[in-house]
Amino acid sequence: MEAIVTHTGRMAPLLRPNIDTDQIIPQRFLKRIERTGFGRFLFADWAEDEEGEPIASFVLNRPEYRKASVLITGRNFGSGSSREHAPWALQDRGFRVIIAPSFADIFRANCHKVGLLTVELPTDRVEALAGLAEQDPTATVTIDLEAQTVSAHGVETGFDIDPYVRYSLMHGIDGIATTLERAHMISRYEELRPAFRPSLRGSGNTEDGERHG
Amino acid sequence: MTSAPDAKQGRSLFDKVWEEHVVARAAGEPDLLYIDLHLVHEVTSPQAFEALRAAGRPVRRPDLTMATADHGVPTIDRDRGITDSLSRRQVETLVANCAANGITMFGMDDPRQGIVHVVGPEQGLVQAGMTIVCGDSHTSTHGAFGSLALGIGTSEVEHVLATQTLPQRKPRSMAIDIDGRLPQGVTAKDAILGVISRIGVDGGTGHVFEYRGSVVRSLSMEGRMTMCNMSIEAGARAGMIGPDDTTFEYIEGRPFAPKGVQWDEALDHWRSLASDEGVGFDAVHRFDGADFEPYVTWGTNPSQAIPVGDPVPSPDQFDDAQERQAAARALEYMALDPGTPMTEIRIDRVFIGSCTNGRIEDLRAAAAVAAGRKVHSRVGAMVVPGSGLVKAQAEAEGLDRVFTDAGFEWRDAGCSMCLAMNGDSLYPGERCASTSNRNFEGRQGPAGRTHLVSPAMATAAAISGRFVDVRAWGS
Repeated sequence: MEAIVTHTGRMAPLLRPNIDTDQIIPQRFLKRIERTGFGRFLFADWAEDEEGEPIASFVLNRPEYRKASVLITGRNFGSGSSREHAPWALQDRGFRVIIAPSFADIFRANCHKVGLLTVELPTDRVEALAGLAEQDPTATVTIDLEAQTVSAHGVETGFDIDPYVRYSLMHGIDGIATTLERAHMISRYEELRPAFRPSLRGSGNTEDGERHG
Repeated sequence: MTSAPDAKQGRSLFDKVWEEHVVARAAGEPDLLYIDLHLVHEVTSPQAFEALRAAGRPVRRPDLTMATADHGVPTIDRDRGITDSLSRRQVETLVANCAANGITMFGMDDPRQGIVHVVGPEQGLVQAGMTIVCGDSHTSTHGAFGSLALGIGTSEVEHVLATQTLPQRKPRSMAIDIDGRLPQGVTAKDAILGVISRIGVDGGTGHVFEYRGSVVRSLSMEGRMTMCNMSIEAGARAGMIGPDDTTFEYIEGRPFAPKGVQWDEALDHWRSLASDEGVGFDAVHRFDGADFEPYVTWGTNPSQAIPVGDPVPSPDQFDDAQERQAAARALEYMALDPGTPMTEIRIDRVFIGSCTNGRIEDLRAAAAVAAGRKVHSRVGAMVVPGSGLVKAQAEAEGLDRVFTDAGFEWRDAGCSMCLAMNGDSLYPGERCASTSNRNFEGRQGPAGRTHLVSPAMATAAAISGRFVDVRAWGS
């Protein structure tokens, strides 16, 4: 995961509430087993018509927003399906930061796992940023994760973020490696688990009762 | 309905399950939770297995991991295999990953194959007081057993495969109290649509629900699963229901349920899990079951639901400017005019199934309405059992004949047209009465239009060719 400490970039405004992950990447593009290459399917049903032709008015199709790396969007962004393909698609398309009044829980967690920063700001701040991006598509915003500030022309504001998420994003932490440092604690917990908990040992493919017994 | 913090005393079901699963706790960090059961399907797991392989990390507990193929499997002509090459590769990849890592998989040729959230409980793998995860947002289903069941993304799937743990900040708690009784003909699906329509699609964000009250107590496990399943549609991290005799009777005797002395130990433990009397919640919503009716969604998110007897709302009814715009956009997408009675809306397709309403009780409810009637000539209707075993049970009861005699298609088990990944899909512009969980734009196929309803309401719509209040039919 690539670390992110500060980011400065152009903004794309997409101020709708409750944008679900089915919109961010429709289900028919989830069949691939790779982790990369999902960017071209981002918001596919809003970006293309039924013949596959680009819809010129859609914000991400407009040339002036092609270089945007910060998405400015509405409340409850990323609701619905847990598909991590949604943050993968946003990242693959060049987005590094998403700013919204609120995010759906699973989506936000997925973003943080892949190094995509989510910033929650009050609605009026989000609308101010979107207004700025609409007025001047070349306007940039700077997000400083260390200082926890967002700065753009006429918008200077702080933001709150889980300190552990902040630390992990700033240092590009591999969460699995961190947890595996506590493998001895996991093993100790396993020794004390109640025996009545279900196990698939001995059914189907599972044959390795030895490995962690 | 009220929403106010209660004073904290004692521990809730959620508190108890959480505390019992903390492996490590450090100041300023999320708790590290042990995961009792990891459910896996073909769509959200291949990248996780690939990353593990690249890092040289083994699956820590294949014996606590169960896989099945559900999202991309065909529900018709199974003997031809999966004709879509990408879906076939995805399922073959899951088969190979399970074989390489010693994980039990119920594949397409296994009678136990089905929707992962139907199969887990059916096999007795889902019990009370567990922590359960799956790379799927409808994992919330399993909270019906008094377990903490979390939907996760692929990176977290990888984390659980490698460590059998998940770092989590503890969410806040929210009680959803439904007292009184549901009126005749009003189901668990209607109750949860009623709740979501009142608290909103993000009313539960950052919270774990506990459903309480006489209505919840009176529900079967199938009904409880329907409610908990849709907790995510209110944005909740999970939904839970205190385990009781209904729960224990469901679990007892299933293939992976505890036996003998272990059953007695388990029961003692499970009986200790109920929330303490007077325990506080961060928020409480109270409902009277008598206020719920059969609901139909009119828009493009599950909170946009109204009683079937109401007309399509106008965007002007919404105070918030963004919500007003969203309602206008939803009506345009759904091709509906404000003021139109819901009962005048004609439908083209009916889908009965999904992890929300694909269990035996759902099929019985649908069959009770379908018996002796015929699907409307304009309507294409299908019933997709939630698992191979649900299908077999329904056939043993003769429900398949009821459906096929009425003109429904009787399919094999899978997610099917809940999310339209397997070829079961609406054509652009088609309007569907669906027992699934999401009416998002394009959910059942590009430019398709979804109305969420209960199984009985979907069946009545199939027969009438439009929405009707199934209570008027007296069944």
